[in-house]
Amino acid sequence: MLLDIIISTLINGSVYALLAIGFSLIFGVARIVNIAHTAFYMIAAYCIYFITNSLNLHPLLGMLTAIVLVTLIGLISYKFFIDPIREHEAAVLIATIALAMILQEVMLLIFTGDFLSVPSLIKGYMEFFGVRIAFQQLLTIGVALVILAAVWVLLRKTRLGLAIRSTANDREVANLMGMNVAQVAMMTMGVSVALAAFTGAVVVPLTILNPHMWMHPLIMMMAVVVLGGLGSIKGSFVGAYILGMAESLVVFLIPMGSFLKGSVALSIMILVLLIRPEGLFGVAFEEER
Amino acid sequence: MGLIGFYLRKLFTVFKGEVLVLPSRVVVLLFFLTLLLLPVFTRDPYLLRILILTSIFAILAASWDLLSGFTGQMNFGHALFFGVSAYTTALLNLHLHLPSWGSIPLGALAAVLAGLIVGIPSLRLKHTYLALTTLAFPIILLGVVYAIPNITGGELGLSGLSRLSGSRVTDYYITTILMLGLCTIMWKITDSNTGIIFHAIREDEVAVRAAGINTTRYKLLAFCLSGFFAGVSGGLYAHFMRIAGPSTLEVSMSFQVVIWAVFGGIVTIYGPVGAVFILVPLLEFFRFWPEGRMLMFAAIILLILLYMPQGLLPWLRDKVEKECPRCKIRNIATRSTCRICAASLD
Repeated sequence: MLLDIIISTLINGSVYALLAIGFSLIFGVARIVNIAHTAFYMIAAYCIYFITNSLNLHPLLGMLTAIVLVTLIGLISYKFFIDPIREHEAAVLIATIALAMILQEVMLLIFTGDFLSVPSLIKGYMEFFGVRIAFQQLLTIGVALVILAAVWVLLRKTRLGLAIRSTANDREVANLMGMNVAQVAMMTMGVSVALAAFTGAVVVPLTILNPHMWMHPLIMMMAVVVLGGLGSIKGSFVGAYILGMAESLVVFLIPMGSFLKGSVALSIMILVLLIRPEGLFGVAFEEER
Repeated sequence: MGLIGFYLRKLFTVFKGEVLVLPSRVVVLLFFLTLLLLPVFTRDPYLLRILILTSIFAILAASWDLLSGFTGQMNFGHALFFGVSAYTTALLNLHLHLPSWGSIPLGALAAVLAGLIVGIPSLRLKHTYLALTTLAFPIILLGVVYAIPNITGGELGLSGLSRLSGSRVTDYYITTILMLGLCTIMWKITDSNTGIIFHAIREDEVAVRAAGINTTRYKLLAFCLSGFFAGVSGGLYAHFMRIAGPSTLEVSMSFQVVIWAVFGGIVTIYGPVGAVFILVPLLEFFRFWPEGRMLMFAAIILLILLYMPQGLLPWLRDKVEKECPRCKIRNIATRSTCRICAASLD
């Protein structure tokens, strides 16, 4: 039981952390609330399903193709549908919702609403105090942690990371310092969508695919971002594992828990916000006027 | 007799001078007349059903605009008010056997309470934080609804409510007249002093507070008012569909409201109403290709927003009318001088 909870906390937490970091990156740099973020995660999963099941190629190849393809789709949709209406915040919001709906409906048309699954990369499991742990679960956790580390290095140690962080901090000053803000936003969108695609690729063997699979992660991701503090990578990371753990505890310990998992996690978020309105690690910004 | 004639002539002059001069006012007049006179010409139950649902959703979309458009408190969980009211109405009707004229107002009051419960924690939050937090409330409630199926009916919802009234045409008149009435009230609210304060809160809350206005009270008032109107539409929906199900609380419902309102143009009241009257029948029209229905719907919204990011109706209004640069009175676009102050319009 305990081990089950730990494993599921780590998996859910890592997924939410990866999604939330991508989401808060593009929010920080371009002030876009990208509702379609988890829709990209969904299409990455379907992409892998298509390549492995219909084309019979190796899953690893499928994952790489999926990441490249989804990043391209993300960049194209940003360029054509979101960038032209950047000034109108409400319109951007609806545009991303519409985009998510379009992606969902296209997947429904192509793959129908059936529940699908993808074979795991490595088969087998090990017994550990009487609990079966599939190697795939361990692999997912490991890869997710590696990606998280890579994102941290990208943001802290590279010039692109510096550009992203400074643009998120103050767009106008970043522009005055000679950064091409539009280009930085484009790059950030690429990184953000690629992260969503990576997440999809990492969890696809563990989840069941259906075109509505983006809804639950979307809500949890937003809760994580708000809980951790908008724009704070550390906050997203900690918030993701807190909510992941809350979910696993509710599912394993409370009867009817699978219905209540979202409710409990979101209630925790609201309680934290009542005490700290700017989130766990968020900075209370001076009001933007 | 002469007096009546005088008043009639005066009425006609006012009508000609105030209503017929602006295309938008003529359109509103025609809209009212068409809706009220439609059952005289056709009693097709399918058409009436669509229009009843459209009216119900129009109240909902306008109530979102009253809260989120005017005060800028982005509410992503508007389905909460709709769902709370639908479930309360259903419970009152099924267990206490209250008729619809009693259960709908009580359902709306429950939604006002929900507005207070959401509003109080949300007062400390701003912008995106607020939007993402409000999104959480209906989902929390949805989890509770699923977890206690013997009270709420679980996934199936509560069904078997009494009808709104005896016949489809009476249903139609009840919803349409309520819709026209409530939307006019909302429009009047936004036009009053309170509405101006709402505007000001959206533009610059600090300045409003500096002017000595208790913004907290006004924001809560906006939450309650919006909750009330959304609650009325939720109750009407429950009684008309004769079911209150989890679909009233889903995320897609909340998103739907935002889509309607932003598509029609926020901060207008008439925008969301118009958008609902365009989009809901359009979605019905797309029935010819059921699988691609939502796809076409989303694509149209995306494409229209690309060209009219401030919303469809304000864009259209700006095409047919222009504002006088001197006295800020709107004029029809064909005029070369202002109808009030005769300043030249360029």
